[in-house]
Amino acid sequence: MVTIENLHKKFGKNQVLSGVDLTITDGGIFAVLGPNGSGKTTLIKSVLGMVIPNKGTITVLGEDIKKNSDYRHKIDYLPQIANFPSNLKVKELIKMIKDLRKSTTEDQRLIELFKLEPFLDKKLGNLSGGTKQKVNIVLTFMFNSPLIILDEPTTGLDPISLIRLKDLIQTEKTKGKTILITSHIMSFVEDISDEIVFILEGKIYFKGSIQKLKTKTNQPDFEHAIASILTDNHA
Amino acid sequence: MKHLFSFIAAILMASSTIAQTIEVCKSCPISSLKDAITQAKDFDTIIVKKGTYKEYNIIINKPLTIIGKKYPVIDGELKGEIITIISDNVTVDGLFIINVGTSYTEDYAAIRVQKSKNFFIQNLVLEKLFFGIYIEKSRDGKVFHNKIIGDAVEEYNSGNGIQLWYSKNIQIEHNFVQHVRDGIYLEFSDDCLIKNNVSTLNVRYGLHFMFSNDDTYQNNTFENNGAGVAVMFSKRIKMYQNLFKENWGTASYGMLLKEINDAEIIGNIFEDNTIGINIEGSNRINYKHNTFTNNGWAIKVKGACYTNKFIENNFLYNSFDIAYNSNVNDNEFNKNYWSNYTGYDLDKNGIGDVPYRPVKLFSYIVNRTPETIILLRSMFIDIIDFSEKVSPVFTPDDLLDNNPQIKKLTW
Amino acid sequence: MLKILKYSFYDLMRSRWSYVYFAFYLLLGVVLLFLNNDLSKAVITLMNVIIILVPLIGTIFGVMYYYNSKEFTELLLAQPLKRSSIFLGQYLGVALSLSMSLILGLGIPFMFYGLFKSSAIWDFSLLLITGTFLTLIFTALAFNIALSNENKIKGFGYAILLWLFLAVIYDGLFLMTLIMFEDYPLDKLSLVGTMLNPIDLSRTLILLKLDISALLGYTGAVFKQFFGTNFGLIVSFIMLTVWVVLPVLRITFKAKKKDF
Repeated sequence: MVTIENLHKKFGKNQVLSGVDLTITDGGIFAVLGPNGSGKTTLIKSVLGMVIPNKGTITVLGEDIKKNSDYRHKIDYLPQIANFPSNLKVKELIKMIKDLRKSTTEDQRLIELFKLEPFLDKKLGNLSGGTKQKVNIVLTFMFNSPLIILDEPTTGLDPISLIRLKDLIQTEKTKGKTILITSHIMSFVEDISDEIVFILEGKIYFKGSIQKLKTKTNQPDFEHAIASILTDNHA
Repeated sequence: MKHLFSFIAAILMASSTIAQTIEVCKSCPISSLKDAITQAKDFDTIIVKKGTYKEYNIIINKPLTIIGKKYPVIDGELKGEIITIISDNVTVDGLFIINVGTSYTEDYAAIRVQKSKNFFIQNLVLEKLFFGIYIEKSRDGKVFHNKIIGDAVEEYNSGNGIQLWYSKNIQIEHNFVQHVRDGIYLEFSDDCLIKNNVSTLNVRYGLHFMFSNDDTYQNNTFENNGAGVAVMFSKRIKMYQNLFKENWGTASYGMLLKEINDAEIIGNIFEDNTIGINIEGSNRINYKHNTFTNNGWAIKVKGACYTNKFIENNFLYNSFDIAYNSNVNDNEFNKNYWSNYTGYDLDKNGIGDVPYRPVKLFSYIVNRTPETIILLRSMFIDIIDFSEKVSPVFTPDDLLDNNPQIKKLTW
Repeated sequence: MLKILKYSFYDLMRSRWSYVYFAFYLLLGVVLLFLNNDLSKAVITLMNVIIILVPLIGTIFGVMYYYNSKEFTELLLAQPLKRSSIFLGQYLGVALSLSMSLILGLGIPFMFYGLFKSSAIWDFSLLLITGTFLTLIFTALAFNIALSNENKIKGFGYAILLWLFLAVIYDGLFLMTLIMFEDYPLDKLSLVGTMLNPIDLSRTLILLKLDISALLGYTGAVFKQFFGTNFGLIVSFIMLTVWVVLPVLRITFKAKKKDF
């Protein structure tokens, strides 16, 4: 599905990614983890073409992304911070995005699922962070693309919505889609992900199942396994 | 009774001599103008019928009236001068004269008046000419309603439409002159009246005065000439109600004044000229009730000009109102309307409360470096003009209109 | 791109700034007509105002819109859309809404004053065309500045500086150069100098209309050809178009290279 080879990216003097090699196979949920500033978002944005790498190649669905930007129609992306034009109504925003991408009826189901009906006529500037995130999720999931990239999808969500989001991700997985997630919530990651990609100092430190990680680090649970990686490397 | 008798006798006698009319046509006994003149007696009338007469060097040496019917053509075939009048009391009317010879040594004219009085030249059409109507050392004549159309391109090989030389008291009215060197040219000619003429598209000047005094020109139109009117080395010229329009070009003026004293310039309109009036060394001139519209420079003053008065004129939308090349001023500007005036009139008396300074610093800069004209209307230029206005350094300090009008003047 | 243009345009039409500018131009038109009582004179005054004011409004508004619509841009970037169409769409949205404010704001009072029956209609059309060109140019320059500067304050600073330079300082330097080299033939230099500044370029277009009598007073042959024939008009319009195209190209180029 996605192949990354020898990816380098520098912001000014700050080397964020230094030689990332990663292959993501078709189907399944992949969690990209790492400490703050390790380059998770940069990696994801590189895949999306929002960050232009200094070096390296990225192939999505067999196509080099430098050559053609059409591949982006096959990706649904949930940005980390939901920044929306504040003077737009929720309804209008959904309509606009549909107009810009393609028509879909999926939005109705998702709006019901996240109980957004009362907010449809409100301006986005007046919404709480959690509600905005729900709108963000609706916008992402309403298109039926084979690759879904979620950057911190849990931010600001209440427990019920979180459960719904998990269910949603699971259903998408059963449809055979590939889902790429970054998150800080370890329990969330542990719950849903099939495989983990751990980035440290701009490189892939670990890639594999949670079980494999636990074995490798000799820790009984996932959170401690992650913590041990970090302490080992900083010690 | 005796008086009456002698009066009738006189009339009879006169009619027996004057009333004789000679007809000229191709099939008549007399088929050329020259023959007709030879055979005619004093005060006869020669009628030239329609047709083409290939003649030149026609000399009118006795008082005759020559009338063309339906514009007969006198074709000089480029051989030289066509008609020369050397007698008093000659009238020439209604001829179509073409193909005057060109020479670099002699000024051939379509019709020349030499040392004669009381001549009357009217309704002529002149084409393909060198000089048109040339009047020398003559007086008391009239040149009326002629049409002169030349094909001049360069100054050196073309002549003037109507030229006066050492002549006095000539009236030039309702003529139409085009495409010659100078439309009308006066040299050493005094007391002439030039009225209701249209002089356009001439290579040099529409009207040109040299060493001529006490002349008047009024209600003429000068359009699209090399320069409209040049008045040089002359005194007491009156210029009333003329229109000077679209005289465009590098050395182009509506009017050029050079060494002119005691003239009156009243009620003229200067429109779309590069320079409305260019003044050099001219003194004691009254400018009144003139309108300057859309000229590059309404008035450009060069050299020493003293005690000129500019009173009650309209200056409308000129790129520059007045340009001086020095910072001394002895001329008076008063009660004019300036469309560029930005002052106010708090006491509502129709006169601006702040004096107007018609000379801008920028006109001084352009005078020095002409290419800077390209910066006209730039904000930077506005700023430096403003600072000069506040404290004049390069422009005459006392050049002010103390009573600028708030509304456009009408008379 | 057209869809983005549409949404940017709607977005702007919704914001009060478009109305503020519309109202400003409307007021300007009405006041000038009221004070001058004369269509031709009002057009002349307006020309002087337009070539200074439109660039200022274009730059400030362009920079402001770019920074204010960051969220919208981010949202769009998350969608599978071409980068160049996102930015060009936004640029055109701003430029067109500004041009519309200008044309309607000035057009309405002049229309009521009997523009169509007046001889000033050509001057007025030239004025609006020039104004639109200047809006397109300076909004594009503003987008360039904003794209290159993440820092808002810096961006605004550069925008104002750019305007000040092109509107005033450039002419000052230009004048000094001309005076310094006055012993040499300068007509080519002065024309080239004019071409390099869009404000000067628009000014020449206006000079061609208002001050042709004065311009023809100068001797240079190049000058004469430029101002005496339609050559000047054509070259000026071509150069104005170049001035629109170059910054717009840089917007697409910059947008492609930028990380978000």
